[in-house]
Amino acid sequence: MSEMTKTDVVIIGAGPVGLFAVFELGLYDLKCHLIDILDRPGGQCAELYPEKPIYDIPAWPEISGQGLTDKLMEQIKPFAPQFHFNRMVTRLERQPDGQFHVETDEGEIFETKVVVIAAGGGSFQPKRPPVPGIEAFEGKSVFYSVRRMEEFRDEDLLIVGGGDSALDWALNLQPIARSLTVVHRRAEFRAAPDSVKKMFELVESGSVRFELGQISGLKGEDGQLSSATIKAAEGETEIPVTRLLPFFGLTMKLGPIADWGLNLHENLVPVNVETFETSEPGIFAIGDINWYPGKLKLILSGFHEAALMTQAAKRIVSPGERVVFQYTTSSTSLQKKLGVHS
Amino acid sequence: MAKITFVTFDGVRFDTDAENGSTVMENAIRNAVPGIDAECGGACACATCHVYIDDAWKDVTGEPEAMEEDMLDFAYDVRPSSRLSCQIRVSDELDGLVVHVPERQA
Repeated sequence: MSEMTKTDVVIIGAGPVGLFAVFELGLYDLKCHLIDILDRPGGQCAELYPEKPIYDIPAWPEISGQGLTDKLMEQIKPFAPQFHFNRMVTRLERQPDGQFHVETDEGEIFETKVVVIAAGGGSFQPKRPPVPGIEAFEGKSVFYSVRRMEEFRDEDLLIVGGGDSALDWALNLQPIARSLTVVHRRAEFRAAPDSVKKMFELVESGSVRFELGQISGLKGEDGQLSSATIKAAEGETEIPVTRLLPFFGLTMKLGPIADWGLNLHENLVPVNVETFETSEPGIFAIGDINWYPGKLKLILSGFHEAALMTQAAKRIVSPGERVVFQYTTSSTSLQKKLGVHS
Repeated sequence: MAKITFVTFDGVRFDTDAENGSTVMENAIRNAVPGIDAECGGACACATCHVYIDDAWKDVTGEPEAMEEDMLDFAYDVRPSSRLSCQIRVSDELDGLVVHVPERQA
């Protein structure tokens, strides 16, 4: 049995809105655990546009996606939020006592009084290449990430893509694979120049085969690949393949949220605009994932929603306690929590 | 101003009036052309506004720049005529442009 973590609030999604929710909840003494499928905080800001400027954050005429993430991390530091990265929340269940069990794909269970869904456009999941019938091989001989290198020992491995994931795994798996072919649609690579150089040294020495083109077909039985067809400008070639690793980046999918019994509106979660509570009491939704009349998918809307959600969340976690609204500028109790009271 | 026509995967044509300086993607979104997602809103960061340029127009729209080529690695079913529509700026030269929307974006 896996260990159970008890907390006041589980926030699903560590994007800008999930991060700022830690601040608002923290002012009311609510402790937060954040779960995110990415390997770092920032959500879309970190994954899609870390270097790109954002111009509509109040008081920041210009800030990058990474810059905003860094500032939010600094702002919430006094509240010591606990992060759980590289995990997807798979189950959310209400318990007889009214609390929730939140379960991840790593098997952890969180017992929490409040759940805040701040999942933006959904969870980032690997893109599936346009090859007919690829689904039948997924999880058996087609993988979108490497969890155990042994899975690839003595296999005829095909890696598709031109970024760091593709080349890093090509270099790491080449020594244990029986054969390794790298396929990319063009001669330029996005990966670190050093990795590209190393790979072409292996191509020179005959240890790696490089094909310019795209995969167009797969053959095999019962989920086990036997060959792949590579389409290039000069025609198609079929090569023996027993393992395929495609690296085509990430796309956003709603994922398991659709299975939690919440009302949905075109893949978004409708909320009460006074509390940002969903159709299920105790489950809130803030940021790009929610919907209400007039909703705008702006980071600043999510910040506002986090503040209002906190008022309702506090009443659930501390029933009967008076919720006192205070300003950080003048309240010594808030300043103590922030560690700035002298 | 330029007339730009989007042809969806199932052959439906959308004729739009595009202002100079806007992007082809913005005109698809404004006119609710199905099949253009533009998740990142035009930052050349997601490859979900992928289109195929009609053969007759490839010389006018030109080749993608390095950053766009990098993002095209993430697009679905990339062909020699592939472009990201957020990276094509409308000008008088593009009057009559025809672009084809792929089967899907991701």
